[in-house]
Amino acid sequence: MSALLEPLEYAFFRNGLAVSVLAGALCGLVGTFVVLRGMSYLGHGLSHAVFGAAAVGSVVGVGYYAAAGLGGLFTALTIGRLSSRRVLRADAVIGVVTTASLAVGVAALARWGQARRSLDAVLFGSILGVEPLDVGVIAFLAALTATVVALRYRTLLFATFDPEVAKAAGIRVDRLDDLVMALLALTVLGTMQVIGAVLVSATLVIPAATVRLITPRFGAMLVGSTVWGAVTGGVGMIAAYHLDVPPGAAITLVAALGFVAAALAGRAARRLRT
Amino acid sequence: MVSQRPNGLVSLEQVHVRYDPRATGDRALAGVDLTIAPGTFTGVVGPSGAGKTTLLRVLTGALRPSAGRIHRRRGLTVGYVPQVEAIDWSFPVSVADVALMGRPPAHRWPWSTPAERAAVSCMLDRLGLAGLERRHIRELSGGQQQRVFVARALLQGAELLVLDEPTAGVDVRTRHDLLHRLADLHRTTGVAIVLSTHDLNGMAAHLPRLVCLNRTVVAEGPPIDVLVPDVLERTFGAPMDVLRHSGLPVVVDRPDPAHHHHDHDHDHDHDHDHGSSRR
Repeated sequence: MSALLEPLEYAFFRNGLAVSVLAGALCGLVGTFVVLRGMSYLGHGLSHAVFGAAAVGSVVGVGYYAAAGLGGLFTALTIGRLSSRRVLRADAVIGVVTTASLAVGVAALARWGQARRSLDAVLFGSILGVEPLDVGVIAFLAALTATVVALRYRTLLFATFDPEVAKAAGIRVDRLDDLVMALLALTVLGTMQVIGAVLVSATLVIPAATVRLITPRFGAMLVGSTVWGAVTGGVGMIAAYHLDVPPGAAITLVAALGFVAAALAGRAARRLRT
Repeated sequence: MVSQRPNGLVSLEQVHVRYDPRATGDRALAGVDLTIAPGTFTGVVGPSGAGKTTLLRVLTGALRPSAGRIHRRRGLTVGYVPQVEAIDWSFPVSVADVALMGRPPAHRWPWSTPAERAAVSCMLDRLGLAGLERRHIRELSGGQQQRVFVARALLQGAELLVLDEPTAGVDVRTRHDLLHRLADLHRTTGVAIVLSTHDLNGMAAHLPRLVCLNRTVVAEGPPIDVLVPDVLERTFGAPMDVLRHSGLPVVVDRPDPAHHHHDHDHDHDHDHDHGSSRR
């Protein structure tokens, strides 16, 4: 056990662990809406848009959070608006944004970049270079998101379950959609450094999908997904250190194992009932 | 344009709806004039593609018309009961969750108060759904699910209840039960109800007022006045006859002329209203 917790002696690992637990919790909470609204591919697209904006930001000398934050928010709202016009389906719009943003980022770094971190680290995450500022930012984002979800719980539930009827009931569904998109963009922004651009969408989708297999209740799914996301984030980070693999990959694998276990358990429970 | 007018919960004046503004073809609604007065119970009938759902969505405010004027009473609360086919039944919600969704929260926290839970139980009891609060919405029958959505609309304090094809795909007993419960709610609470239906004989003929729609309002009034052959032909584009049974109009397809004399043999116990409008 002590060998397992040995890396906690290092400050960089403690920062990395704190960020991965908070990132897992945040992704689990926001992931509930991602899964129930059928936005899984959107999380994937956004992480690439944030990567592109961050890469351009690093080339022109703008800080990560400013460049990636603006790029992520702009992309999230643009995707939402373009797909709501119903000329193109959301997946096509996301497909365009995903590939274009990734290409912009890679091209900018290759041509002009002196990247602070390697491309591998940006794409698959890294424990190294996590500063106390990163812990503070993600703790703030997690608290902000939990507060917003708690205060708007009923209207978010209504607009997610039945947007047409919610609109008829006088709820500003378009504003709530923008709010969810903004939370999603901020979540991707805050978690991408540790988990990496490629695998952020996995932490958004897998914990929420796993808990959905276990509970038929919206409230329980929100809480369970948050807790399970934090657990997979922490366990994945410790595994990443010991197995010497990128944290994004380790966290995703731990979450995927949990999903398989939940699916098998659910199947066994159904067999026992029949 | 949305403004107010004192008489009527919602009034439409020359409302046009075109889903694709660049298209030059048919409009979903073309020049609809309609007023929904407080406490009325109205059925909207028409063929598939006549614009029934579009009209209901305009009434609820979910859809803005391309042209025309809408007068909506200030602060009007509309409860919309969609077609059950439009619902994601895998969504993780209980019956109580759905019933409470539209109600403004009694406090700032996500969980419901004892008073809210009591209101849900009371409303579910009234709609014949007592004891089902904790069940997943998918576990209920189609008729029960429909009533949960009615409960949701009433718990949000709706003064206007709009139901889209509430009897589509349900059996005769469920249809009869829903009609009975809606009539009871209308009588005891005074809530205005507008519903669309394909079912002329089982549903529409029993309502106090009908609107015959085919992109525009062809006729409106009591069933006995509008369920007449010329109005039905203009609405549905097909010839229909109207019989009378126990004081209610009964719409039947007009028989093939080759077999007409044969069908008359079976109609001797009905008052056969053949082609003349009573309007």
